[in-house]
Amino acid sequence: MAAALLSIKNLNVIFSGARGEVHAVKGVSFSMGKEKIGIVGESGSGKTVTGRAILKLLPASAGICADAMDFNGQDLLHKSEKEMRSIRGRGIAMVMQDPRYSLNPVRTVGWQIAESYRAHRNVSGKEARRRTLEMLEAVRIRNPDQVYGLYPREVSGGMGQRIMIAMMLIPEPALLIADEPTSALDVTVQCQILEILDDLVTRRGMGLILISHDLELVSAFCDRVIVMYGGRIMEICDAKDLHESRHPYTRGLLNCLPKITGNPDPLPTLNRDDALLNAFFLG
Amino acid sequence: MIPERARPNKSALKSWLLSDAPASAFQARAGRIYSGCLDFSKNRSAVLGLSIILFLILIAILAPRIAPCDPLLTDLKNRLQPISPKHFFGTDELGRDIFSRIVFGSRLTLYVVGLVAVIAAPAGIVIGTISGYLGGAIDTLLMRITDIFLAFPKLILALALVAALGPGIENAVIAIAVTSWPAYARIARAETLTLRSCDFIHAIRLQGAGPFRIITGHIMPLCLSSLIVRVTLDMAGVILTAAGLGFLGLGAQPPSPEWGAMTSGGRAYILDYWWVITLPGSAIFVVSLAFNLLGDGLREVLDPRKGY
Amino acid sequence: MLTITRLDMVFGAGAAQSHAVNNVSFEIQKGTSFGLIGESGCGKSTVLNCITGLLTGWTGEIRIGGRAQQRKRDLSFYRAVQMVFQDPYGSLHPRHTIDRTLREPLAIHGLNDAVRRVEKTLDAVGLDSRFRFRYPHQLSGGQRQRAAIARALILEPEVILLDEPTSALDVSIQAEILNLLKRIQKERSLTYLLVSHDLAVVSHMCGVIAVMNQGAVVEELTPENLRQGDIRHPYIRELMAAGRNFR
Repeated sequence: MAAALLSIKNLNVIFSGARGEVHAVKGVSFSMGKEKIGIVGESGSGKTVTGRAILKLLPASAGICADAMDFNGQDLLHKSEKEMRSIRGRGIAMVMQDPRYSLNPVRTVGWQIAESYRAHRNVSGKEARRRTLEMLEAVRIRNPDQVYGLYPREVSGGMGQRIMIAMMLIPEPALLIADEPTSALDVTVQCQILEILDDLVTRRGMGLILISHDLELVSAFCDRVIVMYGGRIMEICDAKDLHESRHPYTRGLLNCLPKITGNPDPLPTLNRDDALLNAFFLG
Repeated sequence: MIPERARPNKSALKSWLLSDAPASAFQARAGRIYSGCLDFSKNRSAVLGLSIILFLILIAILAPRIAPCDPLLTDLKNRLQPISPKHFFGTDELGRDIFSRIVFGSRLTLYVVGLVAVIAAPAGIVIGTISGYLGGAIDTLLMRITDIFLAFPKLILALALVAALGPGIENAVIAIAVTSWPAYARIARAETLTLRSCDFIHAIRLQGAGPFRIITGHIMPLCLSSLIVRVTLDMAGVILTAAGLGFLGLGAQPPSPEWGAMTSGGRAYILDYWWVITLPGSAIFVVSLAFNLLGDGLREVLDPRKGY
Repeated sequence: MLTITRLDMVFGAGAAQSHAVNNVSFEIQKGTSFGLIGESGCGKSTVLNCITGLLTGWTGEIRIGGRAQQRKRDLSFYRAVQMVFQDPYGSLHPRHTIDRTLREPLAIHGLNDAVRRVEKTLDAVGLDSRFRFRYPHQLSGGQRQRAAIARALILEPEVILLDEPTSALDVSIQAEILNLLKRIQKERSLTYLLVSHDLAVVSHMCGVIAVMNQGAVVEELTPENLRQGDIRHPYIRELMAAGRNFR
């Protein structure tokens, strides 16, 4: 692989709270180029924390340490909060699960997108508006002029997520981290959103980290898949090989999904024992 | 906090309290209270507030032993004496020992605070939860009544009530309680409205529970924490209102050593004999502040959002 | 066991009127599972709320075990029909221990022998006695959903309404909960009405699946029909395609 867009070596995140320490991410290493990479895992697997650690968007109680965390040749690990701010948005952007909580309720969506453009580019208001309308069109909103003036509460979940994507992509970041971008949406809408993401990411030559709990979705959408469990990476494999994975944890997850084509009764369940973690260390 | 000191075997008790698998409802509740105390004790200003209030209660209980003089004993020969070893806080215009009066005044303050809390908070929570849960015409009726009470400035309404009922500390308490329940009813109602659409309330309705059971067993306990916080924060205001009524001569009647009435009495001497008004005024200030600190601390511990 | 005939529910009036449930009829045999599937806003939750009596403005007929239900339900209704909610984090009272949550229905219905019943029910859903006096925040999502199922079971109902019982859970937990639901159905010959948006879950659980769209049931089919692609209505094809495309 050519120069990596993002490379992480031995990332650890420890939360220290009143009831002791929680080691949320344990020794995660991976590197990626301009590709679509998926991080899958169940709740508590550390996938979201990993995504946020890259942007250093964790609460103060979290300690991040790593051997290296480089983005486009820049060392993220030793960046100050101020320097991180210039990276967030313009270098790495993030789309969260529920757009309704990520948008300011008292501003029109158009204003918010234009503002996120102007925060990174020194342009006139008119130019920002023009770019915003272009961007809204790019996320396949049919009547951008009308949507520009809507307030967040007036848009549906799917529309809201498109607006979030427009807002995150308008500063033209090199890497987009999408944390469960479609989990709150209906399947038919999910599909449209992923198509838009796919199209934009490929066309602009960006990197994408898609964080999800949905194995099927990630394996169909991404180039490579990282499977996480208990804060550790279980395996990294090409998405097309995921269904043939031999790793006991990945297999366990795949097996316990019910399928339309028929299932054993009872469904196989996941045996959460230390054998999984041991398999990781031995294998 | 208390059980930790009361029992000798600390670590066994601690692990019993913090157990993941409590063996009885009592243990579960004790554990919950204990972890609440742990959270609370981390908040320094809240602990300071609580200590001041506990200290005040102690003073009130032990007043006859602490006070060096009779708070009502006048001694015109020694009027307006400055601070001295004989009179820690000096004497007032009738030669009464200010320190003793403040010590005995703590009883009156606690009496007012306690009674107002006991009258206003339950009235507010009952009216608020019923109104919020049942909705409809009952809600409209109860809330309009609440609105009427809220439409008057608190002190003015209290003044009017005291004027009607006659001055005196009991009537002051009633006046303050009558003016403070509407705010609690509003809070309880707002909380009930959000709780009413929660799944766990739907769930208990689907078990066949009637409104009485749902309101008392399921909604009130959840409104309680925010109400306790609000009442605690309001206590500072209650003390000030009581002092204000006392200051205007409509609260506690002379010669009773009420702090507000004492500041009122010292008003004439403020320039030459500063202690006569400053010291009871400081007592009011310290106790109000303590209630505010405690309320803020309780808010963090009892935050209802934490439970979900 | 459960028969719905021409159920209609209209919200609002005038221009803001919306026909949330439009002429829905179906019948569920005793001891079987019936799936109701559709996207958010299709009216499937409204159907559930009409059955439970949480909504009262409906028209049509709801029969449970042959008895037509009135708008206002009596106590015996709640002994026959219980419900499991979608969100295990919101469906348990945050200040009540599991024990209290399970005793509450027993107290309402005046049933004695509470301790034995609570222990038996917890055992049936696979929670051992360690969990009995825990608060919900001391449980994981899967354990909470087990507790919620225990609450539904403790009155020994005949019908259980399942509102997306696993959509908030991880897939491995989902499998455990689905297995649990199937097992207790067999043991107690329960009748399930399962509402979900996940075709795979519904086809695993149910013998008959009704697909709802814009308030109406557009098609009733069996898992066999789904497997064979024997589907008439285009909306279901769209649903299935959406499921396959990026999945």
